[in-house]
Amino acid sequence: MKRKEFLKKALPATMVPFFINGISIKTMASTPMLEAIKRASLKNGRVFVLIQLNGGNDGLNTIIPVDQYSNLSAARSNILIQQSKVLSLTGNNATGMHPAMTGLRSMYDNGKVSIVQSVGYPNPNFSHFRATDIWHSASDSNQYVGSGWAGRYLEDVYAGFPAGYPNTNDPDPLAISIGYSVSTVLMGPTGSTGIAISNPTSFYQLVNGTVDPAPNTPAGHELTYVRLVLQQTQAYNNTVKTAAQAVTNKATYPANNSLGDQLKIVANLIAGGLQTPIYTVSIGGFDTHSSQVTSSGSTETGSHADLWKKVSDAIAAFQSDCDQLGIADRVAGMTYSEFGRRIKSNASLGTDHGAAAPVIVFGKNVNPGIIGSNPNIPASVTVNDNVPMQYDFRQIYASVLEDWFQASVSKTDSDLLFKHFDTLAIFKSSLDVKKVRSGNSLTLMQNYPNPFKDFTNIEFVSPGGQVELRLFDSQGRLLKTLADGVVPKGSYTEVLDGTHLPAGNYYYQLITANGQTGRHLVKL
Amino acid sequence: MERRAFITQTITGKTPVKDPVLDIQNQKLPDHLDLGVASITPFSGTWGRAEAIHLLRRTLFGFTKADVDFFAAMTMSDAVDYIMTTPVNPPLPPLNGYNTSTLIDPNISAGSTWVNGPDDNNFTNKRRNSLYAWWMQQILNPDRNIREKMTLFWHNHFSTEVENVGSPIIAYNHHKLLRDNCLGNFRTFVKSVTTDPAMLVYLNGYVNTKTAPDENYARELMELFTLGKGPDSQYTEDDVKNAAKVLTGWRINNTNYTSFFNSTTHETSNKTFSSFFGNTTITGQTGANGALETDDLLNMIFAKSDVVARYIVRRLYRYFVYYVIDANIETNIIIPLANDFKTNWDVKPLVTALLKSQHFFDPNNMGCNIKNPIEVISTCSKVFNLQYPSTTVEDQYQAWYSMFTLGAYAGMMIGNPPNVSGWPAYYQTPQFTESWLNSDTLPKRISITVGLTVVGYQYKTGKKLQADVIAFAKQLASPEDPTKLIQDAIDLLLPIDLSTASKTTLKQSTLLFGQSNDYYWTNAWNDYLASPNDATKKGTVTTGLQLMLKYLLDLAENQLS
Repeated sequence: MKRKEFLKKALPATMVPFFINGISIKTMASTPMLEAIKRASLKNGRVFVLIQLNGGNDGLNTIIPVDQYSNLSAARSNILIQQSKVLSLTGNNATGMHPAMTGLRSMYDNGKVSIVQSVGYPNPNFSHFRATDIWHSASDSNQYVGSGWAGRYLEDVYAGFPAGYPNTNDPDPLAISIGYSVSTVLMGPTGSTGIAISNPTSFYQLVNGTVDPAPNTPAGHELTYVRLVLQQTQAYNNTVKTAAQAVTNKATYPANNSLGDQLKIVANLIAGGLQTPIYTVSIGGFDTHSSQVTSSGSTETGSHADLWKKVSDAIAAFQSDCDQLGIADRVAGMTYSEFGRRIKSNASLGTDHGAAAPVIVFGKNVNPGIIGSNPNIPASVTVNDNVPMQYDFRQIYASVLEDWFQASVSKTDSDLLFKHFDTLAIFKSSLDVKKVRSGNSLTLMQNYPNPFKDFTNIEFVSPGGQVELRLFDSQGRLLKTLADGVVPKGSYTEVLDGTHLPAGNYYYQLITANGQTGRHLVKL
Repeated sequence: MERRAFITQTITGKTPVKDPVLDIQNQKLPDHLDLGVASITPFSGTWGRAEAIHLLRRTLFGFTKADVDFFAAMTMSDAVDYIMTTPVNPPLPPLNGYNTSTLIDPNISAGSTWVNGPDDNNFTNKRRNSLYAWWMQQILNPDRNIREKMTLFWHNHFSTEVENVGSPIIAYNHHKLLRDNCLGNFRTFVKSVTTDPAMLVYLNGYVNTKTAPDENYARELMELFTLGKGPDSQYTEDDVKNAAKVLTGWRINNTNYTSFFNSTTHETSNKTFSSFFGNTTITGQTGANGALETDDLLNMIFAKSDVVARYIVRRLYRYFVYYVIDANIETNIIIPLANDFKTNWDVKPLVTALLKSQHFFDPNNMGCNIKNPIEVISTCSKVFNLQYPSTTVEDQYQAWYSMFTLGAYAGMMIGNPPNVSGWPAYYQTPQFTESWLNSDTLPKRISITVGLTVVGYQYKTGKKLQADVIAFAKQLASPEDPTKLIQDAIDLLLPIDLSTASKTTLKQSTLLFGQSNDYYWTNAWNDYLASPNDATKKGTVTTGLQLMLKYLLDLAENQLS
């Protein structure tokens, strides 16, 4: 709809000039020196760590909306954490953390955590496989894209990759997945930009044989791929080994914690001097259909608690390591999962596949605090009801690309995320250039009457400028756009004609130049 | 380069070109590649060693020179029929090979099977490891039929994880079910899997109740096991929820390790499905009849017969032929095979027709599969005829178990796929089998093959598995001729031949020890044959052969099948 026009600042990539300190270099002939300057400004030494929580994390039992307690109790009494056990957050009474997350809580209190509430996308998919693809490719729900957002970014910065890499200017891997496989988020337009490492000091030294030309057949196609992996493995062998041996970790990492083991390698390689900008790590087990908690009497223990203890302890150790190794200024990371889980729990002490969930961004240079408001839990929750999205996951990617890596907005809009997404004030650097945006400061009234039968009124205050009001069903499907246009500053009321809507819970969302917020409504 | 053209197809223009048939799969190959003749008429070309080897590479977990001789002497049709004939009797169950001097199973004596129960929490891990070892035994044995390849296909398709299922007995029974049905009727198979205790545990079916339906199995039944996800499979979220209600009530009897239907937890209301299923209503049933709703559900799903048949045929095609399915392959291979398959859902004639086809034996389809990690290990084990211990059950199981751990080391822990989708190599577009290989797993694969051939792989203190490279050379036609020896080794090991220049370099730097005249090798070999107990002479030919074989096994070509 018109949102696209309003938000679209994207130009075709070929028309976009490249700026350095405000000077377009597009108008000058490309020279090796200019290329070097361009590279230097694109590569600002910053590192971002993607922590994938496989299986779909139950966000409501992770970042807990304590102001919604009575409605949460009605919806998920058998798994809900007792209110007295929820970890409180300094300066925020309405929101708390799972009791296992002591490490992250103390990071939050020390100003090193930014939580983005209810992250998702319109028309969510509930398949692990497909939802992971959507998160990794940064596509729309109904769009199929073969590359990952980080891979596209890296192939853009490292022009021509993989031909001619590594080289003197770029001796290090573009991205590293810790483990046995390379994350699909690192798939670039021409192939994977990442390498996998499970033990950085014991790369196997491969032989260099004579190479026959590959035949012009599917077998030749695959042979070329195998050779590329061989060649890259050998090429990066020494740099990775050297980095791993250059320093030792300073923090004590938790024992029997696979995520801690992975992050320990990441800290070692960053401090050892690798220029690699993106790392991926992962931990599985979040598909908690059953036994998410030990019992309805002790909901603070069980598989979900064990997982978050691991994640929280691992990140805290990693942050401490970065602090001590002197790299904390340029390292940040985030947790994400392919979806959240259903508001209503099931009888097997678990939760089924859901929609939006919080994302945790951490590092010395994040804006501490919580972006967005607590999810609003309806008084009567059916098995169909989901946490609606407040923020599109690609807004976080846009923030990482533009505010952390300083990718250009035009490049992000056109080639990396395929359209424009407003950034969020996740990183401190974004404070200098952007207004602080907070969903809490926006005015969106509760509709009246509510619940309603045929018609209801939605009132909001516009700061002036573009305004959009959208209606979603309880499963996150975008039903219609109620208002969309440029309006003067002032108070407005939209009438929602609900005569054709089935009874149930709905969610409406206001997007303005100052940010976005939303509320629930109930159709009888 | 070729991958660029291939992958940018899917990302340029932001809205990828959508093939009406194959939306989420590969769109098409690089323009210059030819997928071969797209015809399922039986192969009528010359049946030679290359064709026999291609059949064995794709249907067995490795082969020896004797296997090639055996099948090359048949006709194509007889060879495929032989491969498709699985033993009447299932393999004997796994044994207690885990007793040690300090840890002795009080109920199951060493060398006896533990699968008849009962479970014993003190031996859960030991028995799981016994199951893995036993599975490797089946994979590594010299049988000449497709059973193990089909079993792995179904294990990946109906994915479960032994480590999550709990009871090793239930896990064994599940894997017996996979083997017993591997070439049977798919419709029957799906019903058996739906009520199989291991699957009920793995996807929470056993806690799916009318008070709180658990959707886990219902979703995967449609998305992964029967209909697939794609433009032609438009079931809805409500369909998932209603299917979960239909499936409420299945429980597990932990005494006899079977499932049963508990009507008191069954949702008895009517369940109405979306227009994709023709707005079918499954009438709620009370009492024991509630279990019949499961059949109604499967009938409704299988009534979408084109969707189910094509999805299964595509999966089999990717497993046995190549992962790229373009519109031509879809029209001329997938759809005709699916049309036959949907008449009775029998798997054996389907796979037979695929394997006998003109398309399967087209040279363009040879050598283009990247081996999975188990294949890397098993093909190496078989072609060099590794000798597993025959002395004690403990040693046997230790050796087989060690081979299982090598697979896990290289990224494939059989029995435990990463999740319910199976291994990414069989579904993750656009990488598919390429996803097996990266800078971590490829060096590991190479270290494994070098370990099994040159260095020796120690599976227990003082006990090694290692190729007898002299025996390997002796079975070839002309081991004294270094040129022929290298060619014969390449034919058995690699699906793509090397250039004459490469073979010459290889010969000179290995068998000829840096010299250029063939007689250096011929003399060394003949000297050894004349004095086989002379350690120096034996050492000379052993070194030459090991160098030559290590070179071949290290090549990128050895990762292909």
